[in-house]
Amino acid sequence: MSTEQHIKLPEGSIEKTTTTLNLGPTHPATHGVFQNILELDGERIVSAEQTVGYIHRAFEKLAERRPLYQITTLTDRLNYCSSPINNMGWHMTCEKLLGVKTPKRVDYLRIIIMELARISDHLICNSVVGVDSGAFTGFLYVMQYRELIYEIYEEVCGSRLTTNMGRIGGFERDFTNTAFEKLEKFMAEYPAVLKEFESLFTRNRIFMDRTIGAGPISPERALNYGFTGPNLRAAGVDYDVRAHQPYSSYEDFEFDIPVGSTGDCYDRFLVREGEMWQSLRIIEQAYKKVQEFKGAEATVFHADVPAYYLPEKKDVYTKMEALIWHFKIIMGETEIPPGEVYHAVEGGNGELGFYLISDGGRTPYRLHFRRPCFIYYQAYSEMTKGAMLSDAVIVMSSLNLIAGEMDA
Amino acid sequence: MALTNETIKDRLTAKFGDQLTHFEEPYGLLTFEAPSELNLKVMQFLFDDEELRFQFLTDLTAVHYPNQPGRELAVVYHLHNLTDNIRLRFKVFTSSAQPDIFTATQLYSSANWMERETYDFFGIHFVGHPNLKRILNVDEMEYFPLRKEFPLEDQTRIDKDDAMFGRGPLPAAANKGAVETPMAADQPTFPAHGTPGVEGSKQDWPTNTTKL
Repeated sequence: MSTEQHIKLPEGSIEKTTTTLNLGPTHPATHGVFQNILELDGERIVSAEQTVGYIHRAFEKLAERRPLYQITTLTDRLNYCSSPINNMGWHMTCEKLLGVKTPKRVDYLRIIIMELARISDHLICNSVVGVDSGAFTGFLYVMQYRELIYEIYEEVCGSRLTTNMGRIGGFERDFTNTAFEKLEKFMAEYPAVLKEFESLFTRNRIFMDRTIGAGPISPERALNYGFTGPNLRAAGVDYDVRAHQPYSSYEDFEFDIPVGSTGDCYDRFLVREGEMWQSLRIIEQAYKKVQEFKGAEATVFHADVPAYYLPEKKDVYTKMEALIWHFKIIMGETEIPPGEVYHAVEGGNGELGFYLISDGGRTPYRLHFRRPCFIYYQAYSEMTKGAMLSDAVIVMSSLNLIAGEMDA
Repeated sequence: MALTNETIKDRLTAKFGDQLTHFEEPYGLLTFEAPSELNLKVMQFLFDDEELRFQFLTDLTAVHYPNQPGRELAVVYHLHNLTDNIRLRFKVFTSSAQPDIFTATQLYSSANWMERETYDFFGIHFVGHPNLKRILNVDEMEYFPLRKEFPLEDQTRIDKDDAMFGRGPLPAAANKGAVETPMAADQPTFPAHGTPGVEGSKQDWPTNTTKL
C-alpha cells in the first residue's frame, strides 16, 4: 500500500486540535447579518473573530449628495429597533447647525416618542435574550405591547418601523387625540406587562444560571472599548447622554440612571429593565407637561424655520411664499450654512453621534455617524474568550447588536 | 473646579507651545489642529494629565479636502473627559500621497475598528495598527470610496443592465416618441456632474467599479 496521501493537507493541520465554527452571517441566532469565526476547543471558545459589513450601504457617501431631509430616511435604517431616536437625533443636529430653538412643547413631544422608542428597543433586546436562553414565551408576549408603541408611531407619522418621523424644528403635524388616547392606553397597560415579564425572568433560576457571569466586562475595559449606553452602565459607569449633555429639555425631567456592577448578561438585562421603568416615568412626566400648555402654546408642534420646515399644504396652493419654500425644500435647493457640528443623543445602544460638516453647499460636505454598536462590538472576542459556545450566542443578543447600525 | 475650554487650551499650550494651532470653539466644542506626527503625543498627554483626563475616545473619522495640496486628509478625533464631562475635538492633516498617522490603539482599544473603518474609506495608513485591513468593504476593493474623487453613480446612466430594477433598455414600443438621452457611448463610466468641489480628477477614476 502506498504511503502517499491523496488529500493534501496543509502543514500542521493534522495536529490541529481545535474546531473552527462559522457563527453567522445568516445563522438565526445572530439576529442580524454578521459573522463570528469561533475557534473552539470542545465547546469552549478559544478565540473569536468578528466580521462585519455584510449590509454596508454607504450611508456616509450617499449623504454627501442628499439634502438634509433625504438623510432622515438613512438614519431610520441605522438602529431600526428605535428609528425615531435616530430621526430626532439627526434633526436636532441640523437644528444645532442652523441655530434653531425649538419650543418646549416640541421637546416634550419628542421626548415622549424617543422614550417609547427606547422601550421598544430594550423590550426586543431583553426578550431576545430570553429566546436565546430558551424562553420563547416572553418574546411572543411582549410583541403585543411593542405593537401598541408602533401604533402610536403610526398615528404620529404614518409608518411603523422605518419611521422617517418629524421635521427640522418639530413634527410634521400635531399629535391627534387618537395618538394621545393610544399613549394613555399604553401607559395604563404596560406597567403590569413589564412586571409580569420581569417575574418570568428576573428571579428565574434557569435564566439566572445562563446569564450571570456570561460575557462580563470591567468598567475600565468597557470605557477603553468605547462602550456607551446600557452596556456601559451595566459595567457600573453612570454615563448617560440624557443626563450629561441634556438635549431636547431632558433637564426638565426627573429620572434615575440604573447601573449594574459586573457588566455581564444578567446586569445588562437588569439595566435595560430598569431603563424601561425610567422611560415610563419620563413619558408620564412629559405627557403631564404637554397637557399643561394653555392657549396658543397648546397647539405648537414646530419651530418657525420657513427655510427648512415644509409649509402646510393649503398654504402651498394659495400663497406664493409657501410655494417657493415648498419647492426649494423638496428639490433640495436650500443652501446649508457652513459649519461643523457634533451632536449626540442617547440611542437605544448608547451615544449615537452625528458629525456634520457643511461647506455652505446644498448637501453636507461630510457626515459621519458614531454608531455605538459598531464601536463596542469589537470587545466581543475579549468578552467571550474562554466561555462556552452557548454563551457566545447570549452575549451577542444581550449586547443588542443591530447589523444596520454596525454597518451603516 | 470644573474644567473649562480655557484651562484645556492653556495646559495644551504650556505643553506643546505654538505647535497646536487653530484653536476654535464652534458650538462650544473646543477644536484645534495638531501636526500629524504629534497626534499620539497630544493624545497621550490628554489621557495621562491628571487635570485633563480625556480617557474616552468618542469618535475617530476622517475628512477629505482635495483642494488643499499637501494636507488633503484630515483625521478627526473626538475625545471626552467623563469625569468633568467636557468634550474636545482635534484634527491632524496629512497628504493623500503619504497618509501616515500614528495609531491610537495602544491608548484606546476602541480605536482599533474606528481606524480600520477610516483606513477602509480614506486609505489613511495608521502606523503601528495591529490589524489594518478593510472592515466594511470587500477586501478586493482597490479604491477608497469616501474620498471625493470617487463619485457616486450617476442616477441617469443607462449603460448598465439593470432591467430587474426598472432601468436598462426599454422595449421598442415604449421607446416610441421618447426623447433620446445623449448618454452612454461618449461618456466615461462616471459622468462629471454630481461631484461638488472636484475638478480635473477624471483620469483618476477607477474604471473597474461596475464589476463589483
